[in-house]
Amino acid sequence: MWWRSASFILDRNDNPPQPESRHLTPPSSHMADTNPNPNPNPNPINNISAYYQTRAAHHGVVTSDWLAQAQAAVGRDQPSDSDTSLKSSASEKPFSVIEEFNNWRKQPDLAEAVAAIRALASVIRSSEANTIAELQSELKSASDSLKSWDRTSISLTAGCDLFMRYITRTSAFEYEDFNSAKSRFLERAEKFGEISYKARKIIAMLGQDFIFNGCTILVHGFSRVVLEILKTAAESRKVFRVLCTEGRPDRTGLRFANELAKVDVPVKLLIDSAVAYSMDEVDMVFVGADGVVESGGIINMMGTYQIALVAKTMDKPVYVAAESYKFARLYPLDQKDMVPAARPIDFGVPIPSKVEVETSARDYTPPQYLTLLFTDLGVLTPSVVSDELIQLYL
Amino acid sequence: MDHRRAPRTVIDPKVRHVGFFTPPDRSQSVPLPPSSTSSPPLSNLSPSGTSLSPVMIPPPRHTSDLITVPDGFAPTRLLSPLQRFSGESVIPVGSYNPSEFASPSVGDFFEEKNPRSPGPRRSRGGGGGGSGKVASSLPAGGFEMPVEVKPKSLTTVSVVSSLRPNVTDKVGEQSIESQDGSGANSKQPLKEKTSKAERRALQEAQRAAKAAAKGGNGVVNMKTGKVNNVQKKDNASVAATFEKRVVDHKDKDRKKDVPHPRMQFDDATRVEKAKKRAIVKQTEVRNRVELFRHLPQYEHGTKLPHLEYKFFHLNSNSVHPAVYKVGLRYLAGDISGGNARCIAMLQAFQESIMEYSAPPEKALNRDLTAKINSYVSFLIECRPLSISMGNAIKFVKTRIANLPLTLSESEAKANLLSEINNFINEKIILADKVIVRHAVTKVRDGDVLLTYGSSSAVEMIFLHAHELGKRFRVVIVDSRPKLEGRLLLRRLVGRGISCTYVHINATSYIMHEVTRVFLGASSVLANGTVYSRVGTACVAMVANACGVPVIVCCEAYKFHERVQLDSICCNELGDPDAISKVRGRDEVNHLKDIADNENLQLLNLTYDVTPSDYVSMIITDYGMIPPTSVPVIVREFRKEQIWSS
Repeated sequence: MWWRSASFILDRNDNPPQPESRHLTPPSSHMADTNPNPNPNPNPINNISAYYQTRAAHHGVVTSDWLAQAQAAVGRDQPSDSDTSLKSSASEKPFSVIEEFNNWRKQPDLAEAVAAIRALASVIRSSEANTIAELQSELKSASDSLKSWDRTSISLTAGCDLFMRYITRTSAFEYEDFNSAKSRFLERAEKFGEISYKARKIIAMLGQDFIFNGCTILVHGFSRVVLEILKTAAESRKVFRVLCTEGRPDRTGLRFANELAKVDVPVKLLIDSAVAYSMDEVDMVFVGADGVVESGGIINMMGTYQIALVAKTMDKPVYVAAESYKFARLYPLDQKDMVPAARPIDFGVPIPSKVEVETSARDYTPPQYLTLLFTDLGVLTPSVVSDELIQLYL
Repeated sequence: MDHRRAPRTVIDPKVRHVGFFTPPDRSQSVPLPPSSTSSPPLSNLSPSGTSLSPVMIPPPRHTSDLITVPDGFAPTRLLSPLQRFSGESVIPVGSYNPSEFASPSVGDFFEEKNPRSPGPRRSRGGGGGGSGKVASSLPAGGFEMPVEVKPKSLTTVSVVSSLRPNVTDKVGEQSIESQDGSGANSKQPLKEKTSKAERRALQEAQRAAKAAAKGGNGVVNMKTGKVNNVQKKDNASVAATFEKRVVDHKDKDRKKDVPHPRMQFDDATRVEKAKKRAIVKQTEVRNRVELFRHLPQYEHGTKLPHLEYKFFHLNSNSVHPAVYKVGLRYLAGDISGGNARCIAMLQAFQESIMEYSAPPEKALNRDLTAKINSYVSFLIECRPLSISMGNAIKFVKTRIANLPLTLSESEAKANLLSEINNFINEKIILADKVIVRHAVTKVRDGDVLLTYGSSSAVEMIFLHAHELGKRFRVVIVDSRPKLEGRLLLRRLVGRGISCTYVHINATSYIMHEVTRVFLGASSVLANGTVYSRVGTACVAMVANACGVPVIVCCEAYKFHERVQLDSICCNELGDPDAISKVRGRDEVNHLKDIADNENLQLLNLTYDVTPSDYVSMIITDYGMIPPTSVPVIVREFRKEQIWSS
């Protein structure tokens, strides 16, 4: 029935055959000018998720596909109009959210959402508004421009939304004079930034309790939270072993294994297709998340869903480590029901232009395949996510 | 174990044990040895500790409430054989049970002065004992009541009187009252006495608890500070319970007029009583399915002519014409669908409120509540209430009850009318719009959407998605006998949406080409169960088996905190003729002549429940939520409904 299903139609719509053939291995001549644009402001049209560009830049994974991507960005992207408009607005105003955001974003340890939160806080700080309404609308437009900077990043959108909810959720504003209200805004903003910044540490403390001596942990993708948990566990002298998936296409697993080897944790690398093969020696699965959705499921790097399925079949617990600013008011019903985030894939050989390539960068894991979520709000079952979201947003 | 039942005979059955009250029978069935009790000093206090089985009431948390009043009479009838047998060795550890202490100030140390209520109960354990005692100990307070050692026989009354001087003013009043009660009791046989005295005490306690709740625990004697702290919490909850109960009592007379919305129709006496009150005369169907005997089922067509006839004989104060009209339309089936019924009812209420004026000697909010109650009972007679209507009625009643007494009648009426208007607008009409807005995001180009029956929300979703220019196809599944889907089909086809119409028998065939299932619901219950038109569960299960997401669209005002596991205990029975006959087709009406055969039982269910496992998502006015989050919405929604005014 596949030809009748909507997903097929969607596939056809979403993947217009690209004109150039998919020689995704870049010619070496381009190696020189692959200075990745310091301020990439990708259009959603050009099929490359900015979220993954940021991650790649942070992780220093300069692989051939990354180069291809950068090349594509240089070649195909005429300097996008939204970028220039932002620039012009920045020249009028002394302050631009995006610049601030980019400044924060350069810190490799800082998550994108935290950078956004910090940037929004500095919007308040440098605001010249005279009324609360003005300040709020200024914040709103700032967060909107941040969100439109990258629509594929769930945590960025969710972080901005949560920030807006968090700082505007006091009813006492009407009764105060503007300055004290503004300082309260700022106070709350900084507090929120602080909470978000510390989230990883809290999760690490909560999560490491679940690691027992002698256990084997399967890890998929490069999640800084998961790394933090494992590091914390290793520091508290727990003896455990980690299996890392390779994490195609950007090979995040290699880097993860590298990081773990630095702290003397025994690591074994698997190719992505060996998950089911080695699942019987695994005691638990740890994954991060790009976003936690309202159903309690997660959106994460491609491959998480199949690992969760295999783990569920073999009765192994699947633990998700995610900061609460990744909680998003989304509710995907199936895999295609998401904002598409594409990422080029390097197959190493030329691929005929007639052949389609699935370039989606992430998948959705429904809540019934997850055991627990480690968040800075505590260790939650998937169904609590919705409770928290309802309480935050209603 | 029979003694599980023992306390029941003693406790006034009306007292419900809510919250964290220790049920009396629990500790009874698990007797603790004296050494393990939490207050060993008490056993020392007991004057005849050795021969007498020391009746200890060591409440684990509320030590100050230790009272032991073993009075003389041996209530053997209360004892199970086992207990009687082991009377000496078994030390029933009376549990602390605020409801049995029930006295004005559970937080008050002096409650022992009212031992009438606990008294008879104590006797259970100490039946063999010779002397009575009132033992009390305070763990921290340092205030101790003198241990009263009393000769056997009914000491309770004298204890009261002897202790009364200690009582603070307010409590004093109560104990005077209570003494009256107990004085009266003494003239009566023992059995009578215990129960009456208890009831009496309870009532006072309720009154007092209410007073305490109002006056911020003004009654509470503060000598025992620490203990009080522990107990205040209890006090509050007890007060709350009792307050509720007191209200119940007040409403009792009025409530008699109103049959319980979920009356058990297999209880012959109640049905008899209900019939006497009924405005609508209806005859019950004879052959009912055994499992569904508790549900009302009437012969079709007998009510309507009677009602129509009766309309002109109405006395003015029973049912308002607007309500009457709505009831008739329910009965005739003119209005169906949860939202339509609810809105019609609310508008009828509005009309009746508009023309209402309180009788001179009565308060508006009391009298109007009674009025609404009588309307509701009339509507129930016409057709059982849906859960959405129940919620709306609850809303109206709380609004009436919360009306400030200072308002003049016209102001109060205007206030109510606008509140009801707001309810209709916000909770129903606006909610539907929000639901539609959320739901269209789940409709993609090329989708095949399936729906069952006819839901107003789902219809709006389809129409809106069509307006937005989405290209999709609709499959409408329908079933006998109501065939509601045809109307929906007509309207959708009229708007130019491409539709497929199948009967429920073809669900499993058609499901393979479907990409989304949209369902309406009559109600969503706290465990995520969807209560909806019969057949919905079947469709949802087939969809789940085929891996098609099932989306339930339901306004949040239809959510209910009840939990239901099957569709038996609460349902509605339709006209059995509807399934036994096919109108206009004589060649298939094979059951015509045996409809009254007693071997033939016809079951025409109206609703069924869909377990939450088969539901992927519920779309409400609060957004898209998983079925596990229904309790959260119920919690938030109730809060809003009760507190915001």
